[in-house]
Amino acid sequence: MKISKFNIALVGLGLVAPLVLYPVFLMKVLCFALFASAFNLLLGFVGLLSFGHAVFLGTGGYITGYLMMNTGITPELGILAGTAAAAILGAVYGKLAVKREGIYFAMVTLALAQLMFFVYLQAPFTGGEDGLQGVPRGELFGFIDLSDNMNMYYFVFAIFLAGFWLINRTVHSPFGQVLKAIRENEARATSLGYNVNDYKWVAFVISAALAGMAGSTKTLVFQLASLTDVHWHMSGEVVLMTLLGGMGTIFGPFVGAATIVSIQNFLSGGELGNYIHIIMGIIFIVCVLAFRSGIVGEIQKVIKRNFS
Amino acid sequence: MSADSSDYVLETQNLIKEFKGFTAVDDVNLKVQRGHIHALIGPNGAGKTTVFNLLTKFLTPTSGRILYNGDDITSMKSAAIARKGVVRSFQISAVFPHLSVLENVRVALQRKEGNSFHFWRHESVLDNLNDRAVELLDSVGLADFADATTVDLSYGRKRALEIATTLALEPELMLLDEPTQGMGHEDVDVVANLIKKVSKDRTILMVEHNLHVVSKLADQITVLQRGAILTEGTYEKVSADPRVKEAYLGVAADESEEAA
Ligand SMILES: Nc1ncnc2c1ncn2[C@@H]1O[C@H](COP(=O)(O)OP(=O)(O)OP(=O)(O)O)[C@@H](O)[C@H]1O
Ligand SMILES: [Mg+2]
Repeated sequence: MKISKFNIALVGLGLVAPLVLYPVFLMKVLCFALFASAFNLLLGFVGLLSFGHAVFLGTGGYITGYLMMNTGITPELGILAGTAAAAILGAVYGKLAVKREGIYFAMVTLALAQLMFFVYLQAPFTGGEDGLQGVPRGELFGFIDLSDNMNMYYFVFAIFLAGFWLINRTVHSPFGQVLKAIRENEARATSLGYNVNDYKWVAFVISAALAGMAGSTKTLVFQLASLTDVHWHMSGEVVLMTLLGGMGTIFGPFVGAATIVSIQNFLSGGELGNYIHIIMGIIFIVCVLAFRSGIVGEIQKVIKRNFS
Repeated sequence: MSADSSDYVLETQNLIKEFKGFTAVDDVNLKVQRGHIHALIGPNGAGKTTVFNLLTKFLTPTSGRILYNGDDITSMKSAAIARKGVVRSFQISAVFPHLSVLENVRVALQRKEGNSFHFWRHESVLDNLNDRAVELLDSVGLADFADATTVDLSYGRKRALEIATTLALEPELMLLDEPTQGMGHEDVDVVANLIKKVSKDRTILMVEHNLHVVSKLADQITVLQRGAILTEGTYEKVSADPRVKEAYLGVAADESEEAA
């Protein structure tokens, strides 16, 4: 009961936030929070470190961007198409990757993502180095004008909630129980009769699909799909967000994404902007060395120590 | 007076495993009789764990065949062998440390429910398994710990939990790899009694260093040395064999001193 009150309060906060804060900033946070949460489903709950998750973010973005620019489809269908494309790519890549373990899994996902990066660099429909610019946001269901930032915000918020709910549900489902068992002791899960690779694969597809949904949404928000989103830097950034916020926690990726996006926004205005990569690197090192459970993980520890 | 082959749950034929020229399992013909507690003993590095890994396909045999109830299971995958009823434990305790004790058992019960891929349903649909899980925990004396996080259990209790988890699958053949390893005397007796208790209605193949436990439990003993079967038989027969004393008992004496 406590938890659900907490959740209601958070949703309430999300509803009033754009009255106080800049909606585009909030939408950026939500997109990255969804991306990081999708990534965390694999890292935190199955124990799989994908180092190529940007490919799903980028794929969602390109497909949605292309369709919005070249066909007359409505934005919700554009996002669905982008999500589906990322899911299909995830199904193929996941099939290849889940056979590998540990660092090899990370390497395979990175290599496959780089492959797509070069495809998107060369392919005629992506606009190469320029990307797809001026993607129209369109009209939701054909009649809600999304060029209005407030309308757009509530649409993004709804998408985020749906994605976040699905991740949360997956974690707390019968399927999620098996995932956790695999994370905890894969050999034992096998010896109980579970074909662990099949479970990893399904988790991979869900994660890829939701990462794609985040990318599709982001493309609509910024009206842009570009190589930045498929670059391996982006794959690294989502690792950072997740670790900083707390992997394996439900709210960690959200907190991590919000923190990183805030820092980036803050720095990009000033002189420190040139040092952004160095600063991110330092955050990463501090995070890995000093507080491994991340912000949410550390807070949970404190709560556990003092209140139970 | 050889027994009919249907009396054997498990049979290996000329089982061989080589690691880069080194033969860890050397032409093993093992026959495990239905209903028996069958002990696999031998000095460190004899190949006991490797045999278990071959039987459950955690390793692929270099050559040879594995028959389970007369069916050739040599080419089956690990998880499929488990689903057929051959469930193993591991030499190092194999629990899910950050799941609760109840969840450890439930995740084993869950498989037969057919909802293990249902990611859209709430885990509370598994609550109907809780009673059965608690029953299983009770059978190994862990009912009071159902809500504890597994990592907090003592070593002996973790091993008991493992047995409860394995029992949840109602395996026809249980493979236990050194279930009493690293335990104090009291825990050893508890686990030994537990194994005796659960051996009703099923067959157990166990690796065990503690000869007291072996003498108490085993109907049949196979002694492995450098990958090959040295001798087989009852405890009386095997323990009287001078080669076994030489190969194994000396080592075991050292070991029990270390453990003490
Ligand atoms: N994956 C592997 N690769 C190479 N050699 C291995 C592998 N697994 C086991 N071995 C070797 O095979 C031999 C048998 O090992 P195994 O673990 O089966 O012995 P064991 O009888 O279980 O010993 P212990 O009593 O110490 O558990 C050892 O010499 C070991 O080093
Ligand atoms: Mg061993």
